[in-house]
Amino acid sequence: MNRLATRRGLVVAVLMIFLALLPFYTAITGNFFLLTLFTRIVILAIAATSLNLIMGYGGMVSFGHAAYIGVGGYVIGILAKEGIASGFVQWPLALAVSALFALAVGALSLRTRGVYFIMITLAFAQMIYYVAVGLDRYGGDDGLTIYRRSQFADLLNLSNRTLFYYLCLVLLVGTIYLTWRLVNSRFGMVIQGSRSNDRRMRSIGFPTFRYRLTCFVIAGTMCGLAGVLLANHTDFVSPAMMHWTRSGDLIVMVVLGGMASTFGPLIGAVALLVLEEVLSGITEYWQIILGPLLLLVVLFARGGIDGLLAGGQRG
Amino acid sequence: MADALLQIEGLTKRFGGVIASDEISLDVPGGELHAIIGPNGAGKTTLIGQLTGELDPDAGRIRFDGADITALPVHRRSQLGLARSFQITSLFLDFTALDNVALAVQAHAGHSFRFWRNARHETELREPARAALQRVGLSARADVLVANLSHGEHRQLEIAMALATGPRMLLLDEPMAGMGPEESARMVRTLRALKAELTILLVEHDMEAVFALADRITVLVYGRVIASGAPEAIRRNAEVREAYLGEQQVVVHG
Repeated sequence: MNRLATRRGLVVAVLMIFLALLPFYTAITGNFFLLTLFTRIVILAIAATSLNLIMGYGGMVSFGHAAYIGVGGYVIGILAKEGIASGFVQWPLALAVSALFALAVGALSLRTRGVYFIMITLAFAQMIYYVAVGLDRYGGDDGLTIYRRSQFADLLNLSNRTLFYYLCLVLLVGTIYLTWRLVNSRFGMVIQGSRSNDRRMRSIGFPTFRYRLTCFVIAGTMCGLAGVLLANHTDFVSPAMMHWTRSGDLIVMVVLGGMASTFGPLIGAVALLVLEEVLSGITEYWQIILGPLLLLVVLFARGGIDGLLAGGQRG
Repeated sequence: MADALLQIEGLTKRFGGVIASDEISLDVPGGELHAIIGPNGAGKTTLIGQLTGELDPDAGRIRFDGADITALPVHRRSQLGLARSFQITSLFLDFTALDNVALAVQAHAGHSFRFWRNARHETELREPARAALQRVGLSARADVLVANLSHGEHRQLEIAMALATGPRMLLLDEPMAGMGPEESARMVRTLRALKAELTILLVEHDMEAVFALADRITVLVYGRVIASGAPEAIRRNAEVREAYLGEQQVVVHG
């Protein structure tokens, strides 16, 4: 078991070293395509990590998680368009709006369970999607170009691609660490107990709703951060970034990487997006290959890739 | 009996046309082990459900330690010291035995909006949890995943979790269901030890255990109390024998 645990540790360590050294490689070879791809991967890994917090640990299968990417992104886009480019204003506001949106969605949806929860989170995401489509002043269906990335005075220049990549990477590591602390704390025990048996949790004296709602808001805020980064990365926001298929992608990343595992969402994001990139280079119909691959993982590796690496040991 | 710990008055619960609880009145003084028996479908679990707050009664009131708790939600009753074990084992299967009990301790150790410290390293949660496991004889199995424990061990763990909430009263819903004779005997020993310090309401089918443990017994048939009294009086009660004990006797000794 020790040897197996090391195998997982080794893969995570290699992956982290690879991510940390990637900009050196691109600087030497001048291959900036890889840096752009991996900036996107790192950002979506933050979103997947936040989804894992509620879905993997909390058993709350949100089928509208991309909505928070959209909310975070649109706050940046709208403020930029209105001439407020300061990151010190943009970022806190984007996170606050994401949190508020999560609070509203959670307060209603967490009263339901199972399929109903999935449907309500999906409905909210669709609602906010169509709100974005209807924002004529901000590009409607076509989306909104951001001409200036968030300004942080002399502190950070987000237009520097390498620097921006490292900022995303640091925030990803921070998100993973924060999630790890959360799920092992008293708060996390309540969240996990509630996934396992909510009725029993209440009968031993936990008012579980308020803990689950808090967890939902934390995850929504984290995902809003991913939206903030994505908007700055692509210099563009559009309703497509919160389309329901994007929420599906996030679920696939978490399941593929391993639910309720610390590094699972990162592994899942890397695996899915790299696979997508490689397969789409081979054939236009790459989804025909990706689909069965996902099916195999779901059928034969219940703990996802992380579960395979750990040889059935979870944690 | 103004000083009874648990007072039930005229409790009534209907499911459609079926009356599951028919004006049940019952007092359980502090320190008593009160058993509730009755044939299947007598409404025993429905009664427990109303006591814990999972079911709302249609009429009647429940008092605990003098306070009316009829309208309190489940978690508030637990905070007041009313603990329940489930008839159908209801544990956190993907946690270890110790984690399960530690959660029960945590539920009564202030709020859980504590986001940073590793809860599995907090001695103020782990120590009382270990003590509760010890009391039911599960110390050696503390670090085993609950999914891998035996049925009898699940039942013991149910009791340990109820204990870990630091209750004043235990509501035990068929703690011996599905147990072999050896496991039952061990459970009787555990309950006898607990009886000395806690008030217990015991719903149980195992007559041998009930008559060995109970101070008083209430017999429920079709949601109605048909008799209530000391074990000897219940044993002699003709109505009880006809309604229930007779057929049970055949099953037990047949």
